Amino acid sequence: MKRYSALSLVRNALDYNRSWQTAWRSPEPKKSYDAIIVGGGGHGLATAYYLARDHGIRNVAVLEKGWIGGGNTGRNTTIVRSNYLWTEAALLYEKSMQLWEGLSQELNFNVMFSQRGVYNLGHSLQDMRDIERRVNANRLNGIDAEVVSTADLKRAIPSLNTSPDARYPILGASLQRRAGVARHDAVAWGFARAADALGVDIIEQCEVTGIDVRGGKAVGVETTRGPIASDRIGVVVAGHASALARMADLRLPIESHPLQAFVSEPIRPVLDTVVMSGAVHGYISQSDKGELVIGAGIDAYNGYGQRGSFPVIEHTLQAIIELFPAFSRVRMLRLWGGIVDVCPDACPIVSKTPVDGLYFNCGWGTGGFKSTPGSGWVFARTMAHDEPHELNAPFSLERFTTGALIDEHGAAAVAH
Amino acid sequence: MTGAQPNRLPTGGRVDRSRPLGFRFDGNALQGFAGDTLASALIANDVQLVGRSFKLRRPRGIVGSGAEEPNAILQIGEGATAQPNLRATQVPLRDGLVARTTRGWPGVRFDVGAINDTFGRLLGAGFYYKTFMYPRAWWKLYEHAIRRSAGFGAAPTAPDPDCYEHMNAHCDVLVAGGGPAGLMAALTAAKSGARVILADEQNEFGGGLLACTDQVDGAPAAEWVAAVVDELGDCADCTLLPRSTVFGYHDHNFLTIAERCRDHPDGSADAFSATNRPAAGDDSTAGRQHDPRNGRTAKGPDDHPDSGAAAGHHQDTVQPVKERLWRIRARQVVLAQGSFERPLVFCNNDRPGVMLASAVSTWINRYAVLPGRRAVVFTNNDSAYRAALDLTEAGAEVAAVVDSRRGGAGELGRKALDLGIPVLQGHVVSDVAGRQRVSGASIARWAGDGWATVKPTMRIDCDLVVMSGGYSPAVHLHSQAGGQLDWDESQLGFLPAKSVQANVSAGAGNGKSSLAECLADGVRAGAETVSKLGLEPSPIEAPAAGNIDENPIEALWRVPAVRDADRCPKQFIDFQNDTSVADIKLAVREGYRNVEHVKRYTALGFGTDQGKLGNINGMAVLADILGKSIPEVGTTTFRPAYTPVSFGVGAGESVGELYEPVRKTAIHEWHEAAGAPMEVVGQWHRPWYFPRDGEDMHAAVARECLAVRNSVGIMDASTLGKIDAAGPDVVEFLERIYTHDVGLMKVGRCAYGIMLGEDGMLMDDGVMARRGEHRFYLTTTTGGAANVLDWLEKWLQTEWPELQVYLTSLTEHYSTIAVAGPHSRRVLDKLGCDIALDNESFPFMRMKPATLAGIPVTLFRVSFSGELAYEINIENSLALAMWEKLMDAGREFEITPYGTETMHVLRAEKGYVIVGQDTDGSVTPVDLGMNRLLSNEKDFLGKRSLRRPDCLREDRKQLVGLLSSDARTVLPEGTQLIDEAGSLARGHRRAKRPAWRGSQLGHRSREPIPMCGHVTSSYQSACLGHPIALALVAGGQSRKGATIHAALPGRDPLPVEIVAPVFYDAGGQRQHV
Repeated sequence: MKRYSALSLVRNALDYNRSWQTAWRSPEPKKSYDAIIVGGGGHGLATAYYLARDHGIRNVAVLEKGWIGGGNTGRNTTIVRSNYLWTEAALLYEKSMQLWEGLSQELNFNVMFSQRGVYNLGHSLQDMRDIERRVNANRLNGIDAEVVSTADLKRAIPSLNTSPDARYPILGASLQRRAGVARHDAVAWGFARAADALGVDIIEQCEVTGIDVRGGKAVGVETTRGPIASDRIGVVVAGHASALARMADLRLPIESHPLQAFVSEPIRPVLDTVVMSGAVHGYISQSDKGELVIGAGIDAYNGYGQRGSFPVIEHTLQAIIELFPAFSRVRMLRLWGGIVDVCPDACPIVSKTPVDGLYFNCGWGTGGFKSTPGSGWVFARTMAHDEPHELNAPFSLERFTTGALIDEHGAAAVAH
Repeated sequence: MTGAQPNRLPTGGRVDRSRPLGFRFDGNALQGFAGDTLASALIANDVQLVGRSFKLRRPRGIVGSGAEEPNAILQIGEGATAQPNLRATQVPLRDGLVARTTRGWPGVRFDVGAINDTFGRLLGAGFYYKTFMYPRAWWKLYEHAIRRSAGFGAAPTAPDPDCYEHMNAHCDVLVAGGGPAGLMAALTAAKSGARVILADEQNEFGGGLLACTDQVDGAPAAEWVAAVVDELGDCADCTLLPRSTVFGYHDHNFLTIAERCRDHPDGSADAFSATNRPAAGDDSTAGRQHDPRNGRTAKGPDDHPDSGAAAGHHQDTVQPVKERLWRIRARQVVLAQGSFERPLVFCNNDRPGVMLASAVSTWINRYAVLPGRRAVVFTNNDSAYRAALDLTEAGAEVAAVVDSRRGGAGELGRKALDLGIPVLQGHVVSDVAGRQRVSGASIARWAGDGWATVKPTMRIDCDLVVMSGGYSPAVHLHSQAGGQLDWDESQLGFLPAKSVQANVSAGAGNGKSSLAECLADGVRAGAETVSKLGLEPSPIEAPAAGNIDENPIEALWRVPAVRDADRCPKQFIDFQNDTSVADIKLAVREGYRNVEHVKRYTALGFGTDQGKLGNINGMAVLADILGKSIPEVGTTTFRPAYTPVSFGVGAGESVGELYEPVRKTAIHEWHEAAGAPMEVVGQWHRPWYFPRDGEDMHAAVARECLAVRNSVGIMDASTLGKIDAAGPDVVEFLERIYTHDVGLMKVGRCAYGIMLGEDGMLMDDGVMARRGEHRFYLTTTTGGAANVLDWLEKWLQTEWPELQVYLTSLTEHYSTIAVAGPHSRRVLDKLGCDIALDNESFPFMRMKPATLAGIPVTLFRVSFSGELAYEINIENSLALAMWEKLMDAGREFEITPYGTETMHVLRAEKGYVIVGQDTDGSVTPVDLGMNRLLSNEKDFLGKRSLRRPDCLREDRKQLVGLLSSDARTVLPEGTQLIDEAGSLARGHRRAKRPAWRGSQLGHRSREPIPMCGHVTSSYQSACLGHPIALALVAGGQSRKGATIHAALPGRDPLPVEIVAPVFYDAGGQRQHV
């Protein structure tokens, strides 16, 4: 892999950019691999990368039915934070946060991780109690967090409506300064390029149509490009996790819902941080190009179509104008939907399964993007050792029968 | 008149020369006419330079004449009514309009950022992924610089003073697009008796006919349009929506339309910078007359061109709606949105003065402006010859028509030759000279080899280059609806194929090119849709229009240049984002081969035109590079919005005070008059405390608490959710919902009931009472009222439909007044009650209908304070009177109104939990010590989950009381609890300024410190004289007497003792007296 740098830009410019290497190969699938990752999103590519980097398993295929990063990796609002309430979740997301810090250099691909801070607004006394509780817990867990006042907010975010006359006046907020946003596509591409350089085969346009299980053991997958054998199969397919599980006669406690987001036309910089409000239900940041990037609510119905219903968009716009009355005349450029896989406790499953050699990583719901590197890191470890890392041990499939749920509904950006 | 407008033609066009309109562009005062768009007015004034491109900051001029325009992205208006990023081609000119360019520093003419163009080779596709990485800490600096050049226009800095509204409508046939096909489809459908809505994005119906020199039915096209619009207006049920863009096609034939109500010369949108935004929205519904001739008009000053300025003086003038969102459920949809002309991809094809041929014809024929004096017309199809003819007709010189086809054009080509226009067949424009304005074009002979290089044979001086690369049908809505596309190799475009919703496409958007075909296709589409509706199609014939003989288009996706595509001057595909042929080649070279990857890597189609101008060219070039066919490469996904829509119109009325209704109790006014600050609880405003002169909250709450404990207090508890549950199976139903034995309750009994989620966690609680054999009265928490009703209905309707139970929300019908304290009975007695209130006759946890002070009420003997107490349920209309009577009757006992804060303190002293404060969805009733509420005799929701191993763990977090060791510190709610003070590192103790502050990258994570619980409720107890707290603590119920520590930020950990959660009257005698 030829390294990217400012110098490489100059060198290649002299050659009219005709000598750039391909970022990842497009190999034909081999008959068998030491490990197969189903799903070429950020999580799957990260898993492959860490398998190759940390566990010496380089004969790995990532199978993607469409184009890499085309699912939720390319459809989210790019927010990265680790200020989760419960210790189990907080430590997992914090692991991810630590990997984000330095990911561009690690991958030699600028994922534009921009630590511009995330504010979670409180609009009621109970919101503020919850914020205090979460901030205190974060700090004891070694995660940066602070409570900020309405006056602080007014200073930091002049366009925010901090008036006490607002319908739901803002009483304060939590702030995680290390949180921020990243360029979502770049995360998939960066992991793909780095994994490819370590020998991983990234195979696009290759849909898995069956999982071969013999005697309780996974032995391979059927694909649209033929059968591929492996005794170590990790499934990381977000919204379609239940469909893949069914191929191995497993049932997952997951519901798939549409979740929408939209961007405005690019406007001059007006918001240099991330603002989230659970109570009025909107979250917003501004991209480096100038678009306001806004996450909408989840649709209540289940489905696999990557489109949602318009009333959800209306409610989100109302919430955004409630928070930022001056944005009313900005225009919505494009809206889209993705499919989120939601667990009953709003926490993921990163787990072994009753089938030997078959692993599932799913249920990230609305919080998948921020966890991309951490998810890949613990999942690689789980697949390599056939045993979860202590960080993801609590996120087992068994917790739904034991009852050891980790209820993060409060911390999720979107009410599940 | 036209002296000030050098490019205005003396005659013709649809502008009103008797109505000059003044406007400002980048500070310069200019003039146009009514009927102009901002773009046509700018061209009339010979303004060439209207913007700078996003990345390379190249000078840009107007290219198109409609929604595809990528360059003329302007800031319109100033202050609170400014609008960013409007396309000049879609802004109707109005008097006083202020427009500014949005790119370039210090200005659009001289832009320091233009240095990017000089170093353009360094800034190829995706360059930013390859640099700005080292040293790591500098990304912030790099990004700061990058962000400085973000965006086009700017958001206003003040709240939007304008009003928006939403409107629902149903129709048989929605026709999107009012050009020839749309008009005929609408007419056919309307004449067949269908209920029709016709929406068009422009000010006037007619679409391309407004810029057309052809005759329809023997009349000039525009006259024919007027006649058809009149005819449609006369139809019984046809709604005409001009200035209305169908921007979204959602599931189930649901479509969204943005109507710009004031967006016309008389609309004076910005003149109404009303400072008097009506609090309650607007009443424009009253003004929704439907004028069949001109479409709908909004009420009020809209109708009067000059009343705009006056509106500011009349503070009570109803403010007209600025934009309206139509939410339409259509049985059938006809999509007739026309097509977009494609640019040709040659070197420097982005220079100001390079324009689409259709735009040039539009400027001349519709707006009577001449965009150049000496033109070179470059085409691969016949349509551009029209522009050549129009230019010649208007007095410009066409130096040459450069036609890449060796066969040249059909009939139009002969006309051009007749007029003496030189036609160069088998030639291409290989490059354009001029920087801020076109000054010449290089012409080369070309043999048809795609990636060959060519040698220019001549250079023609010109100030206008007209281009046409063919037309792409506007299939956006068809695709949004889920429809498929077929590539048509003869027309070189994606045509709508199979629909998955109830829609058909017609006209140019359906691949029809000639006017006659479009008209006929409109009739066909109209007839087809009404047949599907079961109506007999009205026998309408398509009007006659000339059909001319044309030669077919020949593909020319990338024009050969003098050097190969990597080295030649940039050949732009996406103008706004500076995506060139070389960028796509680079993307492919680097492995970004899927069309979606190419889009995302090169920003192709990411601009505000969403690829309307360049996407098909981009996909074709990509296909060419990959050696694939265009349909193999495919398109990117079409998504709403077709063209951008304001946040305001999407939000509609529900902003500001109407964002969500504020719910107030029937006694609210009294609380306000008493000076009570309000607490926001869900949608409710509840009195928080009732301060007397000079009291702070602490003092007021202490006084209120003592009054309840020692005498009597009164509280408005009306916000609690109230549900009437009745029906033959109500007992069975409630047995499944509640955890206690509902069936054992006798009529007239009350019970504290809890309901669990399926996970066994406490979901809601409240007193419920049995009013009859088959009737119960349920109360819920204030915040949970709606959710609980939903929850109950969900089980009834989806899981247990066999149960006959009827649920009715009574929350809005009845008020609840709590009278609590040792003297409460005496207050009620004094008022006069028709039932005996003594403990024997009316004991604790009973309910009885009664008459109090002559008013019928329902009395509940329940208590949330632990004192003798009554709750009076009363019809809303009588509640305030009852409250006042109670205040009067209680005067001798110094009856004290109290608010939510005192209620919280009193209940905490008794260890009663508040769902959502002391619980968080992870707490079982066992954790709360409520085992006695769990029936062993029956099943109920959540029961099974309570037996899961994790729910049986002894170290679960359980509800306990806490006492601060110093007997002074009121622990902040949300404080985390730790077992060992020593585990708290110094760093955390001194965490007022945590280590990561200042340098975020300096954050060093530490080992996590285990937490054993947290403080959920905490107050200073006035009657006990010390602070009390409730907490959830791991294994807390068996650790009473133990000392743990409160981790207070910035302080040393404070030892706290675990105690029982009941601090006051543990035996519970006081409520039984």
